Amino acid sequence: MSLQTVSFYQTGTFTVGNRLLAAEERSVQANMQRTNSLNSGHRACQGCGEALGARYAIDAAMIASKGQLIAANATGCLEVFSTPYPETSWQIPWIHSLFGNTAAVATGIAAAIKVKKHKGQGGDVRVVAQGGDGGTTDIGFGCLSGMFERNDDVLYICYDNGGYMNTGVQRSSATPPAARTATTMPVGPEPGNAFGQGKFVPAIAMAHEIPYVATATVADLRDLEYKVTRAMGMRGARYIHILVPCPLGWGAAAQDTILLARLAKETGIFPVFEAEYGEVKSALQIRRPLPVEDYLRLQKRYAHLFGKTPAVATIARIQAQADKNIRRYGLLAKEAA
Amino acid sequence: MDKPFAITLDPGSSLANHTGSWRTSRPVYLDRLPPCNNQCPAGEDIQGWLFHAESGNYEKAWRHLTKDNPFPATMGRVCYHSCEGVCNRAKLDAPVGINSVERFLGDEAIKQGWKLAPPASESGKHVLVVGAGPSGMSAAYHLRRLGHRVTVHDAGPFMGGMMRFGIPKYRLPREVLDAEMQRVVDIGVEVKLNSKVDNILDSMKAGKFDAAFLAVGAHIGKRAYIPAGDTAKIVDAISVLRSMEGEDKPMLGRRVVVYGGGNTAIDVARTAKRMGADPIIVYRRNREKAPAHDFEIEEALQEGIMVKWLSTIKQAGESSITIEKMALDEKGFPQPTGEFETMDADSVVLALGQDVDLGLLNGVPGLEVSDGVVKVAANMMTGHPGIFAGGDMVPADRNVTVAIGHGKKAARNIDAWLKGTTHVPAPKHELATFERLNTWYYADAPKTVRPMLDIIRRQSTFDEVQGGLDESTALFEARRCLSCGNCFECDNCYGVCPDNAVIKLGPGKRFAFNYDYCKGCGMCVSECPCGAIKMEAEEI
Ligand SMILES: Cc1cc2nc3c(=O)[nH]c(=O)nc-3n(C[C@H](O)[C@H](O)[C@H](O)COP(=O)(O)OP(=O)(O)OC[C@H]3O[C@@H](n4cnc5c(N)ncnc54)[C@H](O)[C@@H]3O)c2cc1C
Ligand SMILES: Cc1ncc(C[n+]2csc(CCOP(=O)(O)OP(=O)(O)O)c2C)c(N)n1
Ligand code: SF4
Ligand code: SF4
Ligand SMILES: [Mg+2]
Repeated sequence: MSLQTVSFYQTGTFTVGNRLLAAEERSVQANMQRTNSLNSGHRACQGCGEALGARYAIDAAMIASKGQLIAANATGCLEVFSTPYPETSWQIPWIHSLFGNTAAVATGIAAAIKVKKHKGQGGDVRVVAQGGDGGTTDIGFGCLSGMFERNDDVLYICYDNGGYMNTGVQRSSATPPAARTATTMPVGPEPGNAFGQGKFVPAIAMAHEIPYVATATVADLRDLEYKVTRAMGMRGARYIHILVPCPLGWGAAAQDTILLARLAKETGIFPVFEAEYGEVKSALQIRRPLPVEDYLRLQKRYAHLFGKTPAVATIARIQAQADKNIRRYGLLAKEAA
Repeated sequence: MDKPFAITLDPGSSLANHTGSWRTSRPVYLDRLPPCNNQCPAGEDIQGWLFHAESGNYEKAWRHLTKDNPFPATMGRVCYHSCEGVCNRAKLDAPVGINSVERFLGDEAIKQGWKLAPPASESGKHVLVVGAGPSGMSAAYHLRRLGHRVTVHDAGPFMGGMMRFGIPKYRLPREVLDAEMQRVVDIGVEVKLNSKVDNILDSMKAGKFDAAFLAVGAHIGKRAYIPAGDTAKIVDAISVLRSMEGEDKPMLGRRVVVYGGGNTAIDVARTAKRMGADPIIVYRRNREKAPAHDFEIEEALQEGIMVKWLSTIKQAGESSITIEKMALDEKGFPQPTGEFETMDADSVVLALGQDVDLGLLNGVPGLEVSDGVVKVAANMMTGHPGIFAGGDMVPADRNVTVAIGHGKKAARNIDAWLKGTTHVPAPKHELATFERLNTWYYADAPKTVRPMLDIIRRQSTFDEVQGGLDESTALFEARRCLSCGNCFECDNCYGVCPDNAVIKLGPGKRFAFNYDYCKGCGMCVSECPCGAIKMEAEEI
């Protein structure tokens, strides 16, 4: 009989928790005492990926910082749905910046903490900045690049839902090609968002050669928690870009949020990797390769691609982008290319 | 409180905002019926006992299993495990090796000396069980557990019925069978061997029994008319297998022709092989149409047993037989071709099926017999009030597991009947079909294969052919179970709710929804690996 190693838990190896695991091996989210940084009662839509991603990330950061954490938050859904004056869902010290200056506000907080420590006041408080893709890749980009360049001691987390969702689904520089938004309607010769040059901020962050850059999705909790924990174990400027499906903006069913994030990763549309000092260190492998169509079809923002005459050429272009990601980041390393 | 500039209200928590009011449908937890459980003829809660085996708590697993079936070590060897045929995991890679884990638990119980629990109280009723085969002993066990006094009568010298006098040792070692039978005796079941019941009504009256369960099996070998000389040696398979259990082993000669294509034919041929003979099976149809399980045919072929498919025996002489070649017609029935062949044969063993000896039922009013078997109602009761029956003697598939299932079902109905009530089985949960699962969450894990005895020893000894799993492989195998339709506490729902509306109740206690905040997005339903949550429309 061939030798088989019993992996530590077979049933539900990819699940959030597992009763067969030792407590210290379980995810933060499996813990009955998790912080619930973003508490119930928030006003995010049903099935909001951003609300989920934020709780995943900040709960992990809370554990990593032993509860000594301050978050600065850009304007956007995450801020609006969590904190309508005078209520808040945040159970951590949290400050709302402006739409475009979160990175700078976080830098300021980090500086203040440094000074206080110098004066022997306060302990080792860590700083997180967070914002949507609009607040990060567009209006907040200058402040963010500065924060990277100065290597300020801040972990910046971008929740990428591919558009200005809070103000009614307008296009951002993170909106994917061909997607319908309020400002990229499916009309004309190239319906939906144009195939521009693209602006993949994780790659730009890497170009700053900061200590840590990673991407993650809400479909891979353990990977996400690992990356937040890893980032919190480092000093200097760190950047994590989390793909968070938005049922409203994407025209998807509320219960499909995690499925869509998973499909984005499995099709290669969204590469999940980590990099240190500008070099890719590892990439999450695709487990069950799928064509991009499986991802696109579930979203009404791509409905115009699947009309009476399917937009074969456009779909092929999106597939080519996914294939490029697979090659560039080695997402299917074991398979012969 | 002095408030900062422009601030007029104290900070509040969003908990004041009950987002549950947004909901149009609500998630609810449920248990669905796993296909394996649904299939098991003995009604085992397979997923339930695998759950305990997964955590390495083998005794708890065994106790859970034996609530339904007291003979796991036997099951793990002779059950045809139709459960595996419907296991959802088959659609991923290969079915869970349910039968091998069951055997591991059964063997572990024997090794550790685990005992079955005797009843907590006595009912004062006395039930007669006729036949100490799987059906009778299963009924005895369940009746005893329900507090009844049970006396089992068997005509034979040992317990086990066809499991001892039919199924050969190389498939079911007698120590294993004895250990599991004895455990039932140990909870206070009285077994009287060598005591044939000739007339059921007389026996019930004499022993003042309140009810009876009959499980006399089917032991009379069917005959076929074969023109034969005086010297031709023609015997039936059941007698051959039976005599293997006694002092005088059957004398069959070297060239043994086994006539039939069922499991009994295979067993008797493999037995003859082990006694040094050169058996050859003659069967009138082809391999695909043979009633024997294909794996048994395969094992026989591996051991060097020859098979003449599409052949009937026309005549038997002292040292040879004549066979006629057959051909299947369009309907798949064998038709004679007129082509004959002679072959050497020292003896012919008929394995053509068995009939039931219904002698003990002579003169019982109300009974209905058709096609040689006794009719029973859904509650396993015959046409005569108070007399129940099961196993091979009633119309059903004839195998050990069905017989055990009948015993359990009859016991529950006898219990109700004795109390003057009717047994209402709990309603079946809806089926946990493959479509209900989110299989993303399960790791790939190929099935563990059981070791087989080497071929030389299979041809010459009665050592057990199929080995068992060891602790680590059994654990691995148990953990391949997907837990279809039943929460296995993976924490997914607790994790994936964007609204933190799932309450984790702690180990073993599962989860609950906080409907004050649940918006009804349904993500928990989508991401539950095993389909243990469903959405229900909200009454608005
Ligand atoms: C060769 C062979 C191999 C088989 N292999 C398998 C297998 O691998 N797996 C499987 O699932 N099934 C197998 N079967 C079928 C299986 O053995 C039977 O279906 C099963 O044993 C039936 O159980 P039972 O309790 O109804 O009857 P039995 O097991 O036949 O037991 C009946 C008992 O009643 C006793 N009895 C009969 N009449 C009286 C009387 N008047 N008074 C008192 N006692 C009486 C008999 O002595 C016997 O002990 C096999 C059968 C044969 C013949
Ligand atoms: C300077 C400025 N311009 C415009 C706005 C209006 N505004 C608020 S949120 C938002 C969009 C936010 O988009 P994104 O950052 O992607 O976050 P999302 O809502 O998608 O999570 C805009 C345009 C503003 N608050 N401030
Ligand atoms: S619009 Fe999108 S990002 Fe905003 S709350 Fe709704 S689902 Fe979440
Ligand atoms: S995976 Fe487990 S619960 Fe599902 S059918 Fe197979 S053994 Fe039964
Ligand atoms: Mg956005």
